[in-house]
Amino acid sequence: MLAIILAAVGLLCASAIVAALAARSDRFSLVVGSAGAIVACAGGTVASVAALLGGAHGRARTPFATPLGRLHVALDSLSAFFLLCVFLVSGLAALYGIGYLRGYRRRIAPAVACFNLLVASMATIVLASDAVLFLLAWEVMSVSSFFLVTFESDREDVRRAGLIYLVASHASAAVLCVLFVLFARATGSFELDAWAAPGAVPAWLANVAFLLAVVGFGAKAGFWPFHVWLPDAHPAAPSHVSAVMSGVMIKMGIYGLLRMIVTVGGSPPAWWGGLLIGLGAASGILGVLHALAQHDLKRLLAYHSVENIGIITLGIGLGLLGRSIGRPEVATLGLAGGLLHVLNHGLFKGLLFQGAGSVLHATGTREIDRLGGLYRRMPHTATTFLVGSVAISGLPPLNGFVSEWLIYVGAFRGAAAFPMAGTVGAVVVFVSLALIGGLASACFVKAFGVVFLGEARSAEAAEAHESGRPMLGAMWALAVLCAGLGLSATFGARLAAPAARLLAGPGAAVAGATLATRLSGNVVLVAAILVAMLAGLALLRKLLLAGRQVGAAPTWGCGYSEPTARMQYTARSFAQPVLAPFAMLFHRAAHVEAPAGVFPERAARDEHLEDRAQRVLFPAVRAFSAALSRLGFIERGRVQVYLAYVLLTLVALLVWQAVIGSP
Amino acid sequence: MFDTILHVALLLLFPPLVVGVVQKTKAVFAGREGAPVLQPYFDLAKLMRKGAVYSRTTTWLFRAGPIVALAAALGAGLFVPLASSRAPIGFEGDVIAVAYLLGLGRFFTMAAALDTGSSFEGMGASREAAFAALAEPALFLAFAIVCVPAGSASFADAWRALPWRMWLEAHPELFAAALVLFAVLLAENSRMPVDDPNTHLELTMIHEVMVLDHSGPDLAFVLWASAVKLFVFAGLLVHLVLPIPAGWRGAGLFLIGLSVVALVVGIVESMMARLRLTRVPQFLVGASVLGAMGLLVALMERAG
Repeated sequence: MLAIILAAVGLLCASAIVAALAARSDRFSLVVGSAGAIVACAGGTVASVAALLGGAHGRARTPFATPLGRLHVALDSLSAFFLLCVFLVSGLAALYGIGYLRGYRRRIAPAVACFNLLVASMATIVLASDAVLFLLAWEVMSVSSFFLVTFESDREDVRRAGLIYLVASHASAAVLCVLFVLFARATGSFELDAWAAPGAVPAWLANVAFLLAVVGFGAKAGFWPFHVWLPDAHPAAPSHVSAVMSGVMIKMGIYGLLRMIVTVGGSPPAWWGGLLIGLGAASGILGVLHALAQHDLKRLLAYHSVENIGIITLGIGLGLLGRSIGRPEVATLGLAGGLLHVLNHGLFKGLLFQGAGSVLHATGTREIDRLGGLYRRMPHTATTFLVGSVAISGLPPLNGFVSEWLIYVGAFRGAAAFPMAGTVGAVVVFVSLALIGGLASACFVKAFGVVFLGEARSAEAAEAHESGRPMLGAMWALAVLCAGLGLSATFGARLAAPAARLLAGPGAAVAGATLATRLSGNVVLVAAILVAMLAGLALLRKLLLAGRQVGAAPTWGCGYSEPTARMQYTARSFAQPVLAPFAMLFHRAAHVEAPAGVFPERAARDEHLEDRAQRVLFPAVRAFSAALSRLGFIERGRVQVYLAYVLLTLVALLVWQAVIGSP
Repeated sequence: MFDTILHVALLLLFPPLVVGVVQKTKAVFAGREGAPVLQPYFDLAKLMRKGAVYSRTTTWLFRAGPIVALAAALGAGLFVPLASSRAPIGFEGDVIAVAYLLGLGRFFTMAAALDTGSSFEGMGASREAAFAALAEPALFLAFAIVCVPAGSASFADAWRALPWRMWLEAHPELFAAALVLFAVLLAENSRMPVDDPNTHLELTMIHEVMVLDHSGPDLAFVLWASAVKLFVFAGLLVHLVLPIPAGWRGAGLFLIGLSVVALVVGIVESMMARLRLTRVPQFLVGASVLGAMGLLVALMERAG
């Protein structure tokens, strides 16, 4: 299986190079790049599912040496699970991209090449078994996605988002460098296998490494408050890239964190799980609240990624807590739920970003309050977006419910089985999940309802058109997958189970190897009952209405006979009462034009709820960079000066080696 | 088998009766004779025999809303204990499934409301969303008080493990659970003091305004679904307070309990004014706090 996956990575790189070289003909590079990506991702998906179900493992090294050791890749159940997420979502995004990129009036070859590189780098990160390859791939991922984020670089806001993204990526990479160097110093090797040897990593280092990983990988994943780059960067990219960034790329942060925990090995201290539960609850609740406050469809979805990362982290934190306390069944359930949510979120968030892209493509606007009534003009986009909305709200019978349900069951078991302090953690998990669930449905009723239902609020919305076949094909495929993983919950749980077992520790093999799979059979039962009821009642309604008079009329206006589309409830008004109790969490920026005079001519009120984390962190980063700019005198812009710096550094190193370094 | 048939029969036949008892109670309190207790059945029968009118703005979602709401409510009814403490279908985690099934019904009711493009119905959907989100944690805390000591998130296990002697010994957490469940019942079923089911001003409604445009069988489904929802919540409350044996005796006791809950809802409704909308979150957060305190007591009892 490893061979097929490596071949897929190779094909992605090769097609990226061809697409970049053939930049003169956009059409050719789009065809070659997308075909390469789709074929590679299809092969990779099949291979990773086979690896997960068959338990195939493998490893390989480069035959040649590179500085700091030979490059090393390995496939185990954790990497196979994340590879599945990478290939499945990216492959369908590439299909969508064929239709979406054609709409641009600019060079698209660089976007095609960077997209394939991004997918290849993510697959490599997941496979990497030494720190050098990991960091190399991490850097390729950051840079290729930076170029994708700044694809529409003639727009000021896109350039700004790109810069924020670049700074955040590199800040996180810097933290990861420190982490890996600390490990390498302690063990004398950059190989993950050497770090995993028993006793290789002392306990204090494991704790420091965990904190560094939470910051470094958490910044990538979008933990609150390290998420500040995310709501700007994700919407700026083309929509199929947003789908991959939100659906897959931020999960690389989760993967890194999990890989670090597996590598350090042993039973983690209880505070690791506790910290993750706290971060998960904060990211989940604050993420969904900020999503409610957005009026830009893609920005709303970006904040929902923060929320879903929170749900995933709640599951993982619960799992780690279960492992520390010695409750393998809780550990399995929490981890299986968290991991399955990684895949599920990839599917429905990919679908929703593609739906948002389809709306943007058709109307040219992302402002929710300028849309409306798109259902009749774009039935396929609307139906698939509805599937995604129900799935992301965690409602049965779709896939989001399965993973959240597993975490819930684990949390209830944990609350019953843990000692007091652990119980508090478990209670936090299910209470936050309950609140997040209610708020997420509110947010998606708002997003779906205001965009697709009612009457068009602007001329653009009234003249929208349905998207082309490749885009609809990708969206329908994702919608079918969301429904499929909900109706056959057991299959999804089986995919996540091996990796959950790996993380849950040796006890899990005995206590709960098939627990998550077995329990998720009950979700299938719920889904079956629901589907049967729906079918029966639909039939009943049909019979009741048969032969009766069915009329059509305008909407009841409560006595007002001349309503206009502008009188419909807007996204802002919908969100206002939901957010009112949480007002202190936001910074309220309002522009008010009060009515003046006896016969006021105009009045306006424009209100934005801003993210407090952004308002604190952005000025801090600006102040830091202003301080650093004092060092600008070093930069002379002359080659001779730079050569002199190189020489001086070499001399200094030689002196240091001669005086101190020699034994 | 007998238990299953009894359960399904109760679920299909009795929900409108609860609504009828509430309305009768309110009428008596107001000094009116009021409609007969069976009036909700007559309403349903009448609406089912009518045709329907649909707004030209709407899509199939508007027609699907009542179907999903009713399917979800009836589905939830299969998992909760009614005539005996064992529902026909029970498994670990059914507690969560019930809450989320009701959530699914709410999602489609709100979407159907937005489908009409009416500002009033949008307003109702928005309020419903706001209050439901806050009611959810309270509901889960109430469930947790019962489920955590039993060690399983399943109605059957949790209710079997309930110490019925709680009325003799001190089990304050179960009182808290009952109170929280009652508060959530009021909020989720759009009763006073959260919503006024009888108001005649669209601006002040929550649930009723969301379904303004439904007519005929659709409206019947909507009314039936809300009756089932009230029935499910009231049933949980009855089971929390009374030990219900299996069989006919249990069914009888259960129906008596249900009538008492309906009576209390009617009395609350007759004696209280609706809260100002900005106060409702405080009511719901208060319920959550009470639930959290109850859970804490339950955990301390376990530890000590």
